Amino acid sequence: MVTRIKVGTASCGIAAGAGEVLQLLRKTAEQHGTLSDVPIVEVGCIGHCYAEPLVEVETDSGRYFYEKVEPKQDQLRRILNLEEQGRFRPNEARAQKERTSIMALAGRIEPTSLEEYRGHGGYEALAAAHEMAPEKLVEEVKESRLRGRGGGGFPTGLKWRFLAGKESDNKVLICNADEGDPGAFMDRTLMESLPHLVLEGMLIGAKATGARRLFIYCRAEYPRAVKNLNTAIEQIRAAELNVIDGHAVDIRVKEGAGAFVCGEETGLIHSLEGRRGTPRYRPPYPTDYGFHGAPTAINNVETFANIPQIVRYGASAFTKTGTENSTGTKLFALAGDLQYSGLVEVPMGLSIGEVVFDIGGAERGGVKAVQIGGPSGGCIPAEHFDTPIDYDSLSSLGAIMGSGGLIVIGTNRCMVETARYFLEFTTRESCGKCTFCRVGTKRMLETLERITGGEGSAADIERLGDLGTKIKQGSLCGLGQTAPNPVLSTLRYFNDEYQSHVEEGFCPALECKALVDIFIDPDQCNGCKLCIKACPVNCISEDFVVDNAVCTRCNSCIEVCRQNAISRVAKGGAVRVAS
Amino acid sequence: MEQTAAVERSDLIKTLQKEQETEGYISDEAIERIATEFDVPPVEVEGVVSFYTQFKRIPPGKYHIMVCDGTACHIIGAPLILTWLADALGIRDGETDENGLFSMESVACLGCCSLAPVISINGKVYGKLDRKKLLKTIREYKKAEDSNGRSNQTQSKSTAENTGAAE
Repeated sequence: MVTRIKVGTASCGIAAGAGEVLQLLRKTAEQHGTLSDVPIVEVGCIGHCYAEPLVEVETDSGRYFYEKVEPKQDQLRRILNLEEQGRFRPNEARAQKERTSIMALAGRIEPTSLEEYRGHGGYEALAAAHEMAPEKLVEEVKESRLRGRGGGGFPTGLKWRFLAGKESDNKVLICNADEGDPGAFMDRTLMESLPHLVLEGMLIGAKATGARRLFIYCRAEYPRAVKNLNTAIEQIRAAELNVIDGHAVDIRVKEGAGAFVCGEETGLIHSLEGRRGTPRYRPPYPTDYGFHGAPTAINNVETFANIPQIVRYGASAFTKTGTENSTGTKLFALAGDLQYSGLVEVPMGLSIGEVVFDIGGAERGGVKAVQIGGPSGGCIPAEHFDTPIDYDSLSSLGAIMGSGGLIVIGTNRCMVETARYFLEFTTRESCGKCTFCRVGTKRMLETLERITGGEGSAADIERLGDLGTKIKQGSLCGLGQTAPNPVLSTLRYFNDEYQSHVEEGFCPALECKALVDIFIDPDQCNGCKLCIKACPVNCISEDFVVDNAVCTRCNSCIEVCRQNAISRVAKGGAVRVAS
Repeated sequence: MEQTAAVERSDLIKTLQKEQETEGYISDEAIERIATEFDVPPVEVEGVVSFYTQFKRIPPGKYHIMVCDGTACHIIGAPLILTWLADALGIRDGETDENGLFSMESVACLGCCSLAPVISINGKVYGKLDRKKLLKTIREYKKAEDSNGRSNQTQSKSTAENTGAAE
């Protein structure tokens, strides 16, 4: 018998059409007769974004997942009848390698049901924390060797000890939910799917450090996360779960307004105060002088989500997962050239290759590199895919753990262009305070644009390395100190691609517009003229020859050609074809 | 008390967000008004507005298109999406067309990487785009607009007035 139906309506599900599915499912169930009383609820994300929209039917004899559900009545009726067709089967390699601890309840419970969260042991850790002395709590987190999941990897217990040691009744604890890396959505998923888990971690933090004011600084681009958090905050206020040592702790969600640099803690504090989010020199550290001068500590969303299990099961249980210096699990947002994009939680120490090929289902031999850590991180080439994922191993390769964005780059992509893309991002997001970051990233971007534009020289490649090192040294905050990483790591591992751009004027991936021509193969062309109609600049002649001096390389003709007769070739003719 | 003033100031970003939510953008007039409200010089409000990418200083079109240029979308084809859109709409990244119908901006990440490449039109997401699917989507919006041509005219008139006011 069907007891409950769940539709995944986190942002990724909604984007894939879960909203329409939910609406029609309610209607279909009503007409179904026997199912009209079955609750149909919205849940968060189970991480398998590639299979969205996902519908789960709970029965008294088991649970059934359906993938890629479309808002079509006949399909929905089949689901309600529990038919085989369309069942979701996650890949087995993933099931073996992943390790869901913080994500264990994501997509399984209603995000804003306090009752259901408590039914699964929610807020038991907070209750246990109430019975513990603050020093003992801080000690437990220290012993867990939990490190900040936002990218820096600073030991959380140590940060909490600094704040706990301050004499003040005005202490502030901030959750950094300004997830700004393009391609990263771990924190969003946690806040949308398990807002109570994040809040429980924060409340335990308040107990441990003596903080009386809690803020969640969240991207305004995450409306569902903000909504779910606000609902959850209302619920814990009503249930008086926010009362710690006799004080009602104040919790608020504050929305950011889109500035990558606000991920840096002093920038974030300025933004919370309603100012430009420009970072400042440290010391004084926020634990000495933070929000409006009050002692302040800032932790990332995923860091807070790890806290309840440490308190509930103990630090020694936590350190059983992961490696010596990187304990626990890590969430990664997988995207790019792979089969199963989405969110995955793995134990620290798993190799990059296991994540990319076994979990992500990327084609072996079809991957050139992964980009890890977003605009602050670096590219790691395929030959290093046996490297374990932990803070120190990744740093030694010139990348960083970062917040968890992991983009798989296929063999057909240009690494110089990828580096240019990241630098364009950091140049735009530089707050302008430090000269090296403000002017230096701009000069680096111009240099990269010369190279991708076919006008680079050997001196340009040298300049990139030189400038990159100096920007790292001469910048105040994390943005500038890491901005050159994507360029420096590609210079290190893909130097041949840079050389080929400047020496031969050849882009091996045939991606850089200035270094390619468009060629119509007369042997394959059937003369249908679709390309001529599609061309926005009328550069294809009646006898199917492209005027490459006029062509903008927009690929419109390639997209419309049904014969696959049109392709990008190296500049100067159809002689050279990329391997 | 000092505390009270500080609390007010920290609401500046929220106030600007509300302004943009109702008006669609932050006008010169709004900057003056909010500066008075917070008792700070207009240049400080302008400074905050220009710092954050969320705030717009020109009115958006009736249909605001956000082209995701996050990492996943970028490597899978966001630059081509931008080119095709520019060709189809006659506007570039960050611009609004002269009828006030479409505006377009590239954004850092829409957060649905598994659907790359994606765009969103007034919040509705269109994913796994190729040229055909993209142009079909735009054509459908244009067609829907043509079928209620009168409201289109009113829209373009009021937008022209807005643009005039902003200059």
